[in-house]
Amino acid sequence: MIVKLFFGIVGLAVAPFLGGLIAGLDRKITARMQSRFGPPVLQPFYDVFKLLGKTPSAVNAWLVLCSYLALMGSALAVFLFFYQADLLLIFFVMTISAVFQVMGALSVNSPFSQVGAQRELLQMLAYEPLIIIVFIGIALKTGSFSIEVIYAQQAPLLYSMPLLFLTLGVALTIKLRKSPFDISASHHGHQEIVRGVLTEYTGPQLAMLEVAHWLDVVLILGLCSLFWATSLLGMIVLLLVTYFLEILVDNISARLTWQWMLERALASGIILSVVNLLWLYALK
Amino acid sequence: MKFDLQKWINEGRLKSPWVVHFNCGSCNGCDIEILDCLTPVHDVERFGIINVGNPKQADVLLVSGTVNHRNKTALKNIYDQMQHPKAVIAIGSCGLSGGIFYDAYNVVGGVDKVIPVDVYVPGCPPKPEQIIDAVLVALGKLKASLEKSDEAPGQETAPAAGEQPAA
Repeated sequence: MIVKLFFGIVGLAVAPFLGGLIAGLDRKITARMQSRFGPPVLQPFYDVFKLLGKTPSAVNAWLVLCSYLALMGSALAVFLFFYQADLLLIFFVMTISAVFQVMGALSVNSPFSQVGAQRELLQMLAYEPLIIIVFIGIALKTGSFSIEVIYAQQAPLLYSMPLLFLTLGVALTIKLRKSPFDISASHHGHQEIVRGVLTEYTGPQLAMLEVAHWLDVVLILGLCSLFWATSLLGMIVLLLVTYFLEILVDNISARLTWQWMLERALASGIILSVVNLLWLYALK
Repeated sequence: MKFDLQKWINEGRLKSPWVVHFNCGSCNGCDIEILDCLTPVHDVERFGIINVGNPKQADVLLVSGTVNHRNKTALKNIYDQMQHPKAVIAIGSCGLSGGIFYDAYNVVGGVDKVIPVDVYVPGCPPKPEQIIDAVLVALGKLKASLEKSDEAPGQETAPAAGEQPAA
């Protein structure tokens, strides 16, 4: 119990640095893929510190409250993950963060913010069922939703559920705000309906949402790591390959419409995972 | 070792200038040169520069074109929406003085007739290298004013007379 609590606190303390570093490497590799030099690796940290130092000018109190709650939701989800808690609990806490982000964006009159918020809701509609199906598959295989039990498996889960890993990859692309699914708000310097759901968040509030996004990235990568829990090296290689493929997909694909996202992401994800679930069921 | 948040914030301010671009009725010559900076050839992202759409999220305002009586309120509005610390860069002959339209009946003149300007970039149109240099000169001025405000906190330094970047 004490050991788990220690892991949770250390994980939560390390996650923002890890997330920011991942974001910096992401921007650097993206720049190199576009034959640019790219920003320094620490660029995301400079951005966040600068935003913290700007004069606050939130339009209303909801924006401020929602940015705090979104950050707290993400932080709690990351803590629960390193605490090796229940996957379903993590799933529900993870949703809180995204919901408050949308609520803040809906509390202002700006049409860009409103459209961005609606699109964020559509994205949640696309990735949340996929993540829950992946969790169901994991529970079907291991007999538990607890991360502690999953990490204690003898063989990597990837062998028995490769299609479910692909499904999680689709959800990861949406959650990372990467093309072709970056419709609600784009990352890096890209613009989409000004800044989509993030348009009206400014200064310190934007900095908090940026940190919340880093934490979300760490959490989703953590979920990917469940698929290769037997060795640390295998886990790291799997995460590196997964993230590199995300960057590659981001750079070779265009941004598409929300209708396309709902149809393709949801349909392909559900077909892949149902096939995998049937396979697991047949082997039992 | 003590963690000095203000030091890190100042570091971030110098390394992450997000720009917003406003066109006061320019002929698009300067605007094309500004957008040229964002291409892989010049790649301003290596300085942390990002083009944002919302003035409230921006640190540097790039203004091109002649200010006239119709758009001076829009220009002032955008400037007022930007949060401190901020810098303004006037781009091209029109932004500096009104250019060849200086004596037209609808023209107010240069950008500095409406809002304080930190850096002037001459040219018709200026080269992309000059525009990148102007942003870095503006950062240098910002750094100087930050050091001054560290000594006397709470006092905003008024923008001094414009400085011209090396062509």
